[in-house]
Order: sequence, then structure tokens, then C-alpha cells
Amino acid sequence: MDLSVVENILWVGFRSATPLLLASLGEIYAERSGILNLGVEGMMIMGAVSAFITALTTGNPWLGVAVATAVGLLMSLIHGVISIHLRGNQVVSGLALTMFGLGLSSVIGRKYVGYQLPVKARFLPKPLSEGLVKLPLVGKALFDQEPLFYLSIVIAVVLWFVLYRTKVGIVIRSTGENPAAADALGINVYLVRYACTALGGALAGMAGAYLSVAYSPAWIENMTAGRGWIALALTIFALWNPLRAIFGAYLFGVVEAGGYTLQAYGYSQWLLNGVPYLLTVIVLTAGATETMRRRMGAPAALGVPYVRGEK
Amino acid sequence: MASEATAVASEPRETDLLVKMVSIVKRFPGVLANDHVNFELRPGEVHALLGENGAGKTTLMNILYGIYYPDGGEIYVRGRRVEIRSPRDAMSLGIGMVHQHFMLVDRHTVAENIALGYAESLLNPLKEIKERLREFAEKYGLKVDPDAYIWQLSAGEQQRVEIIKALYHGADILILDEPTSVLTPQETRELFKIIKRMRDEGKGIIFITHKLDEVFEVADRVTVMRRGKVVGTLKASETTKEELARMMVGREVLFRLEKERVSRGKPVLEVENLHALNDRGLPAVRGVSFRVHEGEIFGIAGVAGNGQRELAEVVVGLRKATAGRVLIDGVDVTNKSPRFIASRGVAHIPEERLRHGIVPNLSVAENLILKDYYKEPYRRGLLLDHSKVIEDAERLINKFDIVTPSPLTPAKLLSGGNIQRLICARELHKEPRLIVAAHPTYGLDVGATEYIRRILLEQRKRGAAVLLISEDLEEVLQLSDRVGVMFNGEIVGIVRPEEASIEEIGLMMAGARRLAREEMAS
Repeated sequence: MDLSVVENILWVGFRSATPLLLASLGEIYAERSGILNLGVEGMMIMGAVSAFITALTTGNPWLGVAVATAVGLLMSLIHGVISIHLRGNQVVSGLALTMFGLGLSSVIGRKYVGYQLPVKARFLPKPLSEGLVKLPLVGKALFDQEPLFYLSIVIAVVLWFVLYRTKVGIVIRSTGENPAAADALGINVYLVRYACTALGGALAGMAGAYLSVAYSPAWIENMTAGRGWIALALTIFALWNPLRAIFGAYLFGVVEAGGYTLQAYGYSQWLLNGVPYLLTVIVLTAGATETMRRRMGAPAALGVPYVRGEK
Repeated sequence: MASEATAVASEPRETDLLVKMVSIVKRFPGVLANDHVNFELRPGEVHALLGENGAGKTTLMNILYGIYYPDGGEIYVRGRRVEIRSPRDAMSLGIGMVHQHFMLVDRHTVAENIALGYAESLLNPLKEIKERLREFAEKYGLKVDPDAYIWQLSAGEQQRVEIIKALYHGADILILDEPTSVLTPQETRELFKIIKRMRDEGKGIIFITHKLDEVFEVADRVTVMRRGKVVGTLKASETTKEELARMMVGREVLFRLEKERVSRGKPVLEVENLHALNDRGLPAVRGVSFRVHEGEIFGIAGVAGNGQRELAEVVVGLRKATAGRVLIDGVDVTNKSPRFIASRGVAHIPEERLRHGIVPNLSVAENLILKDYYKEPYRRGLLLDHSKVIEDAERLINKFDIVTPSPLTPAKLLSGGNIQRLICARELHKEPRLIVAAHPTYGLDVGATEYIRRILLEQRKRGAAVLLISEDLEEVLQLSDRVGVMFNGEIVGIVRPEEASIEEIGLMMAGARRLAREEMAS
């Protein structure tokens, strides 16, 4: 393997990391507030199809992103109502959302299968500066990307800051850890959970938009291809921390890109596809002891509906 | 009324009262938790709210703090009629509450826990919190490290965080719900010092407790509650332990159930110097010894949380003993498996029947064979003999009067009384040697209560030994041949119900009196 192969793996890997990062950031917020949303795949694919159709008809990729974000948000509110107000089973509701999204997107997108977005309606990688792109190995990966790549990193940093350096972050984290304690101090637990679930949906929709207007600017049925599930694994791998999610997303992305390349050398791509899950299991195992769980485990009230006055 | 109008000069005027609760009523399904309760709090006083578990103390204070909304009555704060619909409302009225179970986020720091409700700055909220914490340390002696994680702190330190939380917004009405129950004696002394400092500042403090000693140590006035009603409000300096114990436990004449004389046989259960830990790893049973004989009901009385639950669990094998022995018919069963102990003829009617007594989603018939499904005649190779299961279930349903649409109905659909009959049917139909019954009539209606008590007396007549644990003192006294009173993990006295006065038992339950070894009834 010469250097240009590695350079290319990094470039493709960083490109495929963006939707993982966006979707995972959203899920981090939802889970931090105590809501487990397994519907990421469904929200993502609905984002992808709606972004594609919008970009195709209006010729404006940003409009596509906006619509996809709104569609993801609306989808997540279904999950919000079921798991927050109706106190339903969050696993069942999330899985249903995924199946619903996959099915509905196929129906909506049927007419558009095989269409390509015209160049003006899609995001194209654009070098930030000629000099930086020439950096060895990482130049292309870091500085020859679409706008959503840079936006996702900005979002990650902002979300990290909010979560760990502001009062809003304390409120969100407390709601996911001990909603009764938050409620006793006058925090509106339901409002916090709805807001975080909605943010999760919006970012999953945006992740879908990236797939259909930038990564592979066409509509293909099931084009998310399990990326929603990898984003969920990434949420755990990142230990619910937006900054660690950046690192994890690029690691997972490069593994995915490496899989395609190694195929050419006769290795099975499927083995490498399992790596993100394997890494997540390793992290989970390492964090299984009592002390480690206290420091970095899942939010204590994750998946548990909250009702005032119940023990 | 006239006497109130010409009240003594030292009595404060209405508008000086911090809190006045008038005729508060609160119902829960099947329970009248607060029955026209009146309560008042003056500035600069520590007002103890005394009563047994379930007397309605915490309910009343949860109403004042906005966690429950009352079904009737009026609340005045500083002379103004108020509606308190949420803790937020209560906080804005200057009311703070420290719950018995701390409302803290374990994995966050002290400063983060306080910032959750009170930080004013959006960015870097912890800075202002840390500054204020220094103030509290100086003013009230409430010292705590702002950067420590809650899970690293002792119970006493966690409580300090809760008190700071309650005071942070300038609350001048502070409710403490059984604040000493989790504290060591040293921490308790420290807490009382803090309480007195707050009182001297002019704050009003409501102190919920069931320990008599604490009333005299820290309170200015005391209101006693029993069964949802206020029995009376007294000055702590003008009353005695005996008077309070009588008010707390009840003075009505005990109604005696028809109880035949049964001659007592040889010992079935022998407990020798038993020690065990509670779920938090602290000593809960501390050197308990007693015997229960054939044809005898041995009752355990005590306020909840004094080791009764742990004691019962050790006897039936659900909890490990750390020292001491449990013998059934002379055979050492200490720390043996529940299945082994059951096979020695031990039946268990557990507390929280829905959680520990049945599998709610399994059918009545399946619940009836939970202890025997692995044995003949129900087992047939790897399978169950279903027709035999149903046949036996129908027999037991008839014999124990279980009202159920069919043996295949999920057990969770039965009423509380019928669930308890189901448990009795499963546990008692094989004529056990020992029956461990924990709160067997808790939450049942009169008919079902009657039925369960009669069954226990029948088993006694048959020659079974019964270990009866109940918070209902009347029940314990009615059914038992001897009663052991537990306090703080020890049996502080064993008495015969017909020989002991209710005051005496009340004092023992409150930890204010203990019998010497030779005074115990054997």
C-alpha cells in the first residue's frame, strides 16, 4: 500500500464520519436527558429522502438540509410523546420508528430512484486552501470537505460546551441521572426531555441529508445502510461525550473506508464492518466495574419514564 | 372560641405565624392519609412532628412542599392564603424541604447539584455557587467540599448538601423529614447544633421524627399524629416521654380476638446471636436471639427500618447472616438456600406481596406451584404435567376461597386480598413447621384481614410455629403469645401482650427503654 492509498482512506473515512457524528451528537443529548431513541436509522433515512427531493426540486442543497432537519425533528416527537407523556416502552417505540422510517422513505422515494442531483444542488468537497490540502496524509481529509463536515465539528464543540460548562448542561445531565431531584428543584423534566429528543431528531435528519445531498447525491432505498445503528454504538463508545464522539466518529469512519479498500486486497469487508460494534463492546466491558460506571456509565435514568411522586 | 380571642400575650398573632395549615385532607386509594389535620409553625421554633410510620406526617409535609395537592383544607403562609401546586411554588414562598431519601444526583459534584436549581449565571455557573458555599460554611457550620462527587460523601455530608439546597434561596421555613435516620450519633449532634443556629436566626423548622428522645433534645413544640389525625400539640418542656408514647401508639382499649389456649410444644425456630447487614451494607440485625415454639405465635413489633425485614429475610434464606445461627427443628440452616430452608417446612408470607409474593404475569395455577414445579407430581421429564397443575390449583382455589375467574387468570388481576389468599394457599397447604409472615394484612380490607388472621391462628392450633412481623401494633398484640420489640437491630424486650402496657411497648419501640435479659418473657 502506498501513501496515497492511506491518504484516500482517511479522506473517505472522514467523509463517511460526518453523518455518524451528527446523528450520534443528537442521540447523546436525547440519552443525556434520559430518553433512549433507537429510531435514529428511521429518522436518518427520512431526512435523506426529504433532503434529496427538496434539493432536486428547488436546486438548493441548504434548503434540503433544512427540510431534513425539520422532518427528523417531527419524527422524534412521535417517540417523545410515546416515551415521555404516555410512558411507553422506549425500546419498542424506537424500533417502531426505525421500521416506520425505512418503510415510509421507500414509498416516498419510489419515483426518485436512480435520479442524480445536479451539481448545483449538491455539496461538493472544496479545498479550504491550496496550501493546507497539500499537507501529507491528513491534508485532504481535513481541508478538502463539504460545508456539513465543518458544521458538524462546530456543532460538536458547541454541544460539548453547553453540556459541561453551562447551567443548561447541568439541567440536562441531572434530568437523565435523577429526574426526581431535578423536579424537586423546579425543573420541568418533560420539557427538558422533549427538547433533547427533538434536538436528537433534528441532527439525525441532518445526518440523513448529508448522505443524499453530499456523500452520494442520489436516492437509493435503504441508503443509510445501518449507519443509524453505528451512530447508536458511537454514542456508547463516546461515553455520552460530544468531544469523544468526534474522535469516535472519525475512527469508525476510517474503519468503514478501510473496509472498502481492503476488499481490493482480498479481505472481507464484513469483518471490518463489525469493528465499530466490537470497539463498543470493549468500551462497555472496560466500564463495567462499579467505580468506572460511576465515572462514565450510562445516564442512571436512561430509558426510565418519569412520574412525579412515584418511587 | 372566646378563649382564643383573649389568648395569652405571649401567643403570636395570626400574621406572625410562618405556616398555618387548616383542616387538611388527603386521600390515597384506600387510605385516608390526612384527616382534617391542623398544623402551625412559628418563627424561631423547632416544631417536631411525631408519629409512627404511616401516621401521615410525611404526607402532610409533602402537601406543604407542593409534591401532593390536598383534597381539602387551607394553607396560610405568613398570614396569606396560598395555593402550593409544585415544589417551585413552595420554594418561592420560602419553604425548603430535606427529604428522607436524598434528592441528589450521585454522579455530579456538590456544586453541580446546587447549581441545578439555583445558579443565576448561564455560563460558568459553578463559580457563584462555590462563593456562596463558603458563606454557608461560616454562618451555619455547613461545611462541604464543593468539588466532591455526591457518591463519595457520607450520609451526613449528603444531608448537609440537602440543607444547603433548601436554604440557598433564603428559605425561612425548613422541613426535615426524619433527618437523623441515616446519621451516626456524632453526625446527629452536629445536625442538632446546625438546627439550633438556624432557629436562633428566626427560621421555623419542622422536624419529622418517630424518636422520642430527639423531641426533647431539639424541639420547642411537638405535634403528635396517629392514623392520619393530629392527636395533639404540646410544648416539649411540658410533656413526658410516657405521655408522647401513649399519644403516638394509641390509647384505645385493645380488642381481643377469639384465641384458644394452645399448649406450647418444643422449639421449632431458634435464632442465636444473629447479625446481618442491610442493602446498604450497614449493620441491620445486631445480635438477635429468640425461640419460637410449636403452637406459638411470636410477634415482632417495631417501627419500620429497625431490622425486622432483614431478620425475616435471614430466617428464610434470602439474606446472608454475618454471624450467629438459625436452627429449624434443631438443624442448622444458617445461610442455606431458600429452597433448602423451604424443604425443612418453612413457609414465607413476604412483605410487598406483588413484588416478592407472586409473579404477577404468571397464572394463578402457575403461582400456586412456584415452590414445587420441579418436583413430582408436577414434573414429567423435562415437561410440566399441565392437567395435574390445573387439578391441584382448582382444589386449592376452593379450599382457600380464592376468587378468580379461572386458574389460568394472570395473578396480577386478582385483588390484594385474593393475592394474599393465593400466597397462603401455596405456603400453607403442606402444613409447614414454621410460618414467617411479614405484614400479612398490610393494605387489606377488613374481611381479608380477618381471614388472614384466622388462618394464622388455625395454623398455631395445628401446632405450627409462627414468626409474625407487623407494623400494626394492635395486630401483633392480638395474635401473638409473646412479642419481641425491635429497635435499631436489637430485640430490646420480649413481653406477653396481656402483661405489658402499651406505654411500655411504645417506649421500647422508640428506643427509650429496654428490658434486662432476666425480665424478658420466655
